[in-house]
Amino acid sequence: MVRSLTLLILSSLLAVAGSATAADAPRGAASCSGCHAVKAGIDTPLKSLKGRKAAEIVEAMAAFKSDRQRATVMNRIAKGFSDSEIAAIAEWWSEQQP
Amino acid sequence: MSAGTMSARTMSARTMSAGTKSTGTVRSGTMTRRRFLAAAASAAASTTLSAPAIAEGGANIVVIGGGFAGATCARMLKQSATHLSVTLVEANRTYTACPLSNGVIAGLHDLSEQQFTYEKIAADGVTMAFDTAAAIDAGSRTVVLKSGTSLFYDRLVIAPGIGFDWNALPGYNEAASRIIPHAWKAGEQTTLLRRQLEAMEDGGTVLLSIPENPMRCPPGAYERASLIAYYLKTRKPRSKIIVLDAKDEFSMKSLFQNAWRTLYPDHLEWIGLSSGGKVISVDAGTRTLTCDFESHKGSVVNVIPRQQAGEIAQLAGVTDRTNWCPVDPITFESKIAPNIHVIGDATLVGTMPKSAFGADAQAKICAAAILKLLANATPIRPKLINTCYSLVAPDYGLSVAGVYQPVGHDYLEVEGAGGNSPLEAPQATRALEASYAHGVFRTLTGEVFG
Repeated sequence: MVRSLTLLILSSLLAVAGSATAADAPRGAASCSGCHAVKAGIDTPLKSLKGRKAAEIVEAMAAFKSDRQRATVMNRIAKGFSDSEIAAIAEWWSEQQP
Repeated sequence: MSAGTMSARTMSARTMSAGTKSTGTVRSGTMTRRRFLAAAASAAASTTLSAPAIAEGGANIVVIGGGFAGATCARMLKQSATHLSVTLVEANRTYTACPLSNGVIAGLHDLSEQQFTYEKIAADGVTMAFDTAAAIDAGSRTVVLKSGTSLFYDRLVIAPGIGFDWNALPGYNEAASRIIPHAWKAGEQTTLLRRQLEAMEDGGTVLLSIPENPMRCPPGAYERASLIAYYLKTRKPRSKIIVLDAKDEFSMKSLFQNAWRTLYPDHLEWIGLSSGGKVISVDAGTRTLTCDFESHKGSVVNVIPRQQAGEIAQLAGVTDRTNWCPVDPITFESKIAPNIHVIGDATLVGTMPKSAFGADAQAKICAAAILKLLANATPIRPKLINTCYSLVAPDYGLSVAGVYQPVGHDYLEVEGAGGNSPLEAPQATRALEASYAHGVFRTLTGEVFG
């Protein structure tokens, strides 16, 4: 009982934390911020993904994956993800507060 | 679990915090090591350890090594679960980043642009211990620092980076590296190599020796050759660099060689393994590198030594016969010692190259997995991305990218994805990738240290 209550408290703590951090990010999503900054004020030509519309991210990834749109590394990276993985990643980034 | 055990655990974390706040170092007020180890041993004997510990004040996570991997992991753990006690053990108060440090060697920017501090990480609640691990006891889950402080951990993360195998190349050891720099860990060595290049008279020969894989940042050695050639071409045009390579194949070989033919036909010569490029001995006194067929004397010589997991990994006993660290692909927990995770350059993660980007990505996967494990939940099966940029010239960048996923006990690259910059591309593309190289450096370092 004590143990399950502990776990309940802990998992709710983690659930709250997960919405603000990469701790509960879907597979692949944690790597994005190596290039696409999460923090404000970082001087880079690469746009942040925080708070972008999920549909926008899905559309961009689909265009990269099919080579409809030419980028530098994104065509090579997008091909490593299934449509459902991309949808989950896009959804997660859209939920991050910009 | 006994009350005595609980207070021991709590005390460890609190003492650390107090010590750090008042003096910036951890030294005083800790219980004696004997008492601590006794308490730790009794804690280890308890089977219901982690859940009550978390409920009553948070588990103890110790991270050793404050580079891209360790610093990212420590910070993300603390940000994600503020009740955790997270201690980051790091020897230096200033971190000097390796990516783009070849630009320092070539005089494109100064070393200060590679340097970062841990203030923001400490401000997030991570306890900084500017110290060195002297012993790790996986049985009692204790790290003993050189200062004598003992840290108990529920989970230990080690991110020691690379070490050098000083026995691999006759004539080249730590003492020789003060004459012939390796500059493969950024800092004084980087500055030393730059000064030697600056002091060299025009008409001199620079030698660069590159070892076998596995090595940190595989394309980095060729970026270095390129940027030194750029320096020579623009500053000392009668000079050249000769690259002596223990390999015939290397990352982005065709891309580098195409660029070299165009940009540095008179300033860069590459000699691969099958042409006698492998250096078999070094004479630091005469700055001579001996290969199978001939010897080369340089005005400036740079030897990149053979590499292995950093010293702390040996100390923790998490290296295997390869001298690298095998890890579970989902949690990055050592396959050798339980409750110890290894991330960054010290790991062997399938074909994933050892890079700052990869270390950062692994750190986030590891932190997420540790949070799940502490909650008795199942970590998600991750996918990892790696992206590395290399500069051939200040306005000429190349990239390699890959997507990796756990397959069985290993990480394999996702087929059909990844690859290098295109062989044929307009200069605008090369310039864009050069600007991304700088952008990614600012992002990675800003996210970790900013």
